[in-house]
Amino acid sequence: MHRFLLLLALSLGLLSAGAASAETPTLTIYTYNSFTSEWGPGPAVTKAFEATCACKIDWVALEDGAALLSRLLLEGKNTKADLVLGLDTSLTAEATATGLFAPHSLDLKNLKLPIAWADPVFVPFDYGYFAVVYDKTKLPNPPTSLKELVEGDPSQKILLEDPRSSTPGLGFMLWIKEVYGDKAGEAWTRLAPRILTTSKGWSEAYGLFTQGEAPMVLSYTTSPAYHIIEEKTDKYAAAPFAEGHYMQVEVAGRIAGSPHGDLAGKFLAFMITPAFQDQIPTTNWMYPVSDVTGGLPKEFGQLVQPAKSLLFAPEEVAAHRKQWIDEWSQATSQ
Amino acid sequence: MIRRLVPGALTFLLLGLVIGGAFAGLLRAAGTADYGAFLESRYTQRIVTFTVWQALLSTLLSVGPAILVARALARRVFPGRALLLRLFGLPLVLPTLVGILGVVAICGQSGLFNRLLAGLGIAPHQFLYSLPGILIAHAFFNLPLATRLLLPVWSAIPGETWRLATQLGMRSRHVFRLIEWPLLRQVLPGIAGIVFMLCFTSFAVVLTLGGGPANSTIEVALYQAVRFEFDLGKAVQFALLQVAICGLLVAAGQRLVPDVPLTPTAQRPQDRPDVAAWGGRIVDAAVLLAAAAFVLLPLGAVLRNGLAGPVGAVIADRALWLAVARSLGVAVAAGLLATAAGWCLLLTSRELRLRRYRPRPAAALETIASLVLVVSPLVIGTGLFVLLSPVADVFAIGLVLVIAINAIMGLPYVVRTLGPPLMRMGEQHDRLCASLGIAGWNRLRLVEWPLLRRPVGTALALTAALAVGDLGVIALFGTQGTTTLPLLLYQRMAAYQLDAAAVTAVVLAALCFGLFAVIERGVGGRGQH
Amino acid sequence: MASIDLNDLAFRYEDMQMQFDLHVEDGECMAVIGPSGAGKSTLLALIAGFERADSGSIRIGAQDVTRLHPSVRPVTMLFQDHNLFAHLDVAANVGLGIHPGLKLTAADRGRVDAALEQVGLAGFAQRLPSQLSGGERQRVALARSLVRDRPVLLLDEPFAALGPALRREMLDLVRALQAARGLTVLLVSHQPEDALYATTRTAFVSDGHVLQVGATRDLLDGAAGTELRTYLGEFQIREIGRGD
Repeated sequence: MHRFLLLLALSLGLLSAGAASAETPTLTIYTYNSFTSEWGPGPAVTKAFEATCACKIDWVALEDGAALLSRLLLEGKNTKADLVLGLDTSLTAEATATGLFAPHSLDLKNLKLPIAWADPVFVPFDYGYFAVVYDKTKLPNPPTSLKELVEGDPSQKILLEDPRSSTPGLGFMLWIKEVYGDKAGEAWTRLAPRILTTSKGWSEAYGLFTQGEAPMVLSYTTSPAYHIIEEKTDKYAAAPFAEGHYMQVEVAGRIAGSPHGDLAGKFLAFMITPAFQDQIPTTNWMYPVSDVTGGLPKEFGQLVQPAKSLLFAPEEVAAHRKQWIDEWSQATSQ
Repeated sequence: MIRRLVPGALTFLLLGLVIGGAFAGLLRAAGTADYGAFLESRYTQRIVTFTVWQALLSTLLSVGPAILVARALARRVFPGRALLLRLFGLPLVLPTLVGILGVVAICGQSGLFNRLLAGLGIAPHQFLYSLPGILIAHAFFNLPLATRLLLPVWSAIPGETWRLATQLGMRSRHVFRLIEWPLLRQVLPGIAGIVFMLCFTSFAVVLTLGGGPANSTIEVALYQAVRFEFDLGKAVQFALLQVAICGLLVAAGQRLVPDVPLTPTAQRPQDRPDVAAWGGRIVDAAVLLAAAAFVLLPLGAVLRNGLAGPVGAVIADRALWLAVARSLGVAVAAGLLATAAGWCLLLTSRELRLRRYRPRPAAALETIASLVLVVSPLVIGTGLFVLLSPVADVFAIGLVLVIAINAIMGLPYVVRTLGPPLMRMGEQHDRLCASLGIAGWNRLRLVEWPLLRRPVGTALALTAALAVGDLGVIALFGTQGTTTLPLLLYQRMAAYQLDAAAVTAVVLAALCFGLFAVIERGVGGRGQH
Repeated sequence: MASIDLNDLAFRYEDMQMQFDLHVEDGECMAVIGPSGAGKSTLLALIAGFERADSGSIRIGAQDVTRLHPSVRPVTMLFQDHNLFAHLDVAANVGLGIHPGLKLTAADRGRVDAALEQVGLAGFAQRLPSQLSGGERQRVALARSLVRDRPVLLLDEPFAALGPALRREMLDLVRALQAARGLTVLLVSHQPEDALYATTRTAFVSDGHVLQVGATRDLLDGAAGTELRTYLGEFQIREIGRGD
C-alpha cells in the first residue's frame, strides 16, 4: 500500500519537473519535431535570436508539416502560436485560406531560390529536392530518369511514402503528376510492382532502407550528405533524373493578431540572415535560401544538382490534391 | 447500499462524458456530412471489408496458437518459465514502430529468415509487405498477450479433477475435450474480443507492412482525414463506423458466452494424466520453442541493432534521461488513473452482481469498459482538443489529455486482470466483513489490498508500460521543453540518426520491460504465476 | 480377492517421513481415522496411485500394484468434492467410468441407467450437477464407481458436508453396494460415529504411521493408547438405535 502511494507521489513529482515561467516576452513558435531536437537547427537558432531580441523562444514541436496545419485548423483563432515554421508549399494555399496568417513585410528579392518567390504571406527558410536515394553496393546501375524508374525491372524495389500521410510521399506523387500529366495513373500502375511498400512517413521508409529491405528509397538529394559528413561513408547516393526533380520549399509565417507581432516579424527577418541560415545545411540537411558564412560544406559539392526544378503552384495543389490522390489510390490498388 | 454503486457510476459517467464529449467536439467542428453517400461509397466498403477481414484473420492466428502455447506452459515446469512469461508481456507494450522493425529484421527482405534461405541457395521470399506481413506482425504483438490471458484458466481446474482424469485413464485428447475446452470456451470470447479490437484499430502495422493503399483500414482512413485532408466530417464518419462495426461484433461475441469468473486453486501440474507421455512432451517442447522463437527473435533483433549503435553517446545524452523521466511520469500517472478507474467500475459491477443479483447490468458495465478500445485515441484526442481549447489553456490540458487518453486505453486490461479476483474476493469474504463490521477504508486496507495486490500490480504494470511505449497520443498534442522517450526516438529517426535511434529503441524497450517488472514485483509482491 | 496389503510403504511428504503397514481383508469395510495432517489422505492417495511411494509395496489381492498407473489399478476413489464435471450431465459423468472419451454403446448406456437406479437416482440422467444436492452428487460418484466395477473403493471424507441423517443414508448405500458386490472399502472420516456405524475394523493413523488397527468398537472404547484418546477426546460410545 505504501509503495502505491509512493508511486503516486513520484509521478506527480516527475510531472511537475520541467515547468517554467518567464517574465521576458515569449515568442511561441510551432514547428516540426526534428527542427527543435538537439541535433536540429533549433538550439543554435534559439541562442542566436535570444541574444539579440531580449526575449525567449518557446518552441512547440508537432509531428510534421501537415500536423502543424492540422493543429492550426483545430485551434483556429485561439491559437497560442505567434509564428509557424515548417509548412511547405503544398500546404501554404490552405494555410493562407485559414485567414490566420499576416503578410510579411520583407524584401525577398535577393533570395537564392531556383524559382521566383512571390508569396506575400510566407517566407521560405530552406529548400530541397526529392530524389531516389540508392545503395551503391546493391544497385550498380540506378535509373537515370523517372521514366526508367517507372518502367524498370520490378525485382529492384523502391520504398515509397504514402502521399496521404507524408510530405515526401506527396512530393513524389506531385513529381509523377508534373512529369506524366494526364498519364500519371498509368505511370503509377506501371510502377506498382516495383514498390516494396508505401510507409507512413519518411522515417519508417528510410529506416527500412538502411536496414537493407530495398535498394532504393524516396528521399532528398541532400540525404547522402549526412552519411558522407557524419558517418564518413559514401555508399548511399542520389540518382539524378533527366526530367528534373520536384522541390520542397519550407516556409514560415506569422500569425495575425498575435500579441508579439513585431517580435515575430523580427524573427522572420532574422530567418534569412546567416545567423539562422548557417545552421541549415548540416543540421536540417537542406539547402539555405541565402548566403551562408564560408559557403556550403564541400561535401555538398558531391550531391546531385538537378537540371530542372519542378514545383506546382500552391493553389493548384490545393485545388487538385484530393483528386490526384484518388487517382494514385486507384492506380496502385490494382 | 447506494454508496457502493457510486464509484462505478461516477467513473462510467466520466468515461461517457470524455468519449461523448470527444465526439460532440468533432461533430460540432465537422458540420453536416452525407452519411448515405459515405456508406455507399465503394471506397468505404472496400476499407471496411479489408479491416474486418484482416482483424478476423489476425485474431485467429493470434488466439489459436495461443491456446496451444498456454496449454504447454500450464503442463510444463522448466527453468526460465517465469522469465519467458514476463517477456511475453513485452510485445504488447513496445512501441509499434520498434516491434515492426524487429519483425522486419527477421522476416523482411534482408531479414534473418531470408538470409538463412540465401545460405541454402534459395532466392529470398518476399511475403512481409502485404496481408501476410500484417498478420505476422499482429500475431507478434497479440499472441503473447493472449497466452498470458489464457493461462489462468488452468489454475481454475481443481486438483481433484486431475486425479479423477488420471483414475479414469483419460488421454490428452480426452482431457482437452472434456476438461480444458469447456473452460476455455468461456474466456475465449473476451480474450478474442480484445485482440480483435486491437487488430481492428491497428494503424502503424497496416500502414507500414500493408504494401499500399489497397490494404487500408478504417483507422488509416481516419488518420488521413484528420491530419492530411483536414476533413473532420469524414473523420467523424469513419470513427462512428469503426465504433459501430467493431463494437457490434465484439459485443455479439460476448453475448454468445458470458464471461464467468474463474476460481484458481492450488496447482500441481504433475497430477495431470497426460504429463508423462512422451508424445505430449515433444509437442509441448516444439510449441514452446516455436513460440519463444517467434516472440524473442524480433526482440533480439531490436537488441542487437541497438547494441551495434553508438551506445555510449546516446546514454551520455542528458536529453535521453530527461525524456525517460518525463515518460515515467506520464506512464505512472496514466497507470494509476486507469487502475483506479477500473477498480471503481469493478466495485460497482461486483455490487450489482453479488449483492443485487443483477448480473446483466454488471456484465454490460464491464463490456462497455472493455469496448473503449474501439474508439480511436486520435478521435478522442482531437475531439476533446476541439471541445476544450476555447475554454482552457491548450498546453496545460495537452498533458492532462495525454494521461487521460492513455488511462482510457488501459482500462480494458484493468477490467480483465482485476475483475475475476475482485469478484472472487467478494464471494469469499463479503459475509465475514459484513458480520465483523469491516467496511470502507478498513476493508480496503486490511482485507482487499493484501489479497488484490498481485492483480493490481499486474494491471498497473501493464497500463503504465503501455503508456511508456505510446507514441500516437502524445504526438497529437505536441510538446514543449522535454519530450517523452518515444518522441525522442522519432526525432532521431527523422534526423537520419538511425543508429542512435536503434539504441534509443533498446532503451525504450528496456524501460517498458523494467517498469513492467518493477511494478509487478514491487506492488504485486512475490508469488508465482 | 481384493485384500489390500501395505508393506513398509515409505513416502516423504514435506518434512514428514511416512511409513505405512496395513492389511485390509478382502470384502471388509475399514475406517481410517486420525488427526488432521496425519496422512490419511496420503495413505489413500498411495493406494490409488496418485502418489508414488519411495519404497515398499502395495498388493491388492494377488497383484503387486506398486508401479501401476492409477487408471489400471483395481481401485476407485471418491473425493470430498469435485467428483463430477460441472458441465456434463449425470449420465455423462457416470458414463466416463466406462470410457474416458464417452464413446458408449447401447449396452453401456444400459449399464449407466442400471447404476443410477442402484444408487436411487433413476430419472436423473439428464440433470446437471449444479441442479443436484450435495448428497445426490456423491451418489452419482458412487454410481460411477459401480460401472467401473473395481473391487476396491476408497472414500476420502466423501460425506463430510452432509447432515447426520443423510450421512447415515449414504453409509447404508455404501454398505449395500459393498454387500452386493463384495467390495473392499476404506473410509476416511472425522466422525467416529461413521466408523462405528459402517465399519468392522478401524485403523488409527497419526504422524504418518498406522498406530493402531483393531475392531472398531474395541478401538473406540476404552483408553487404548494415549494418542488415540487425545484424538477422540470426550467421545464415548453410545448405543445408536434406529430412529434417534
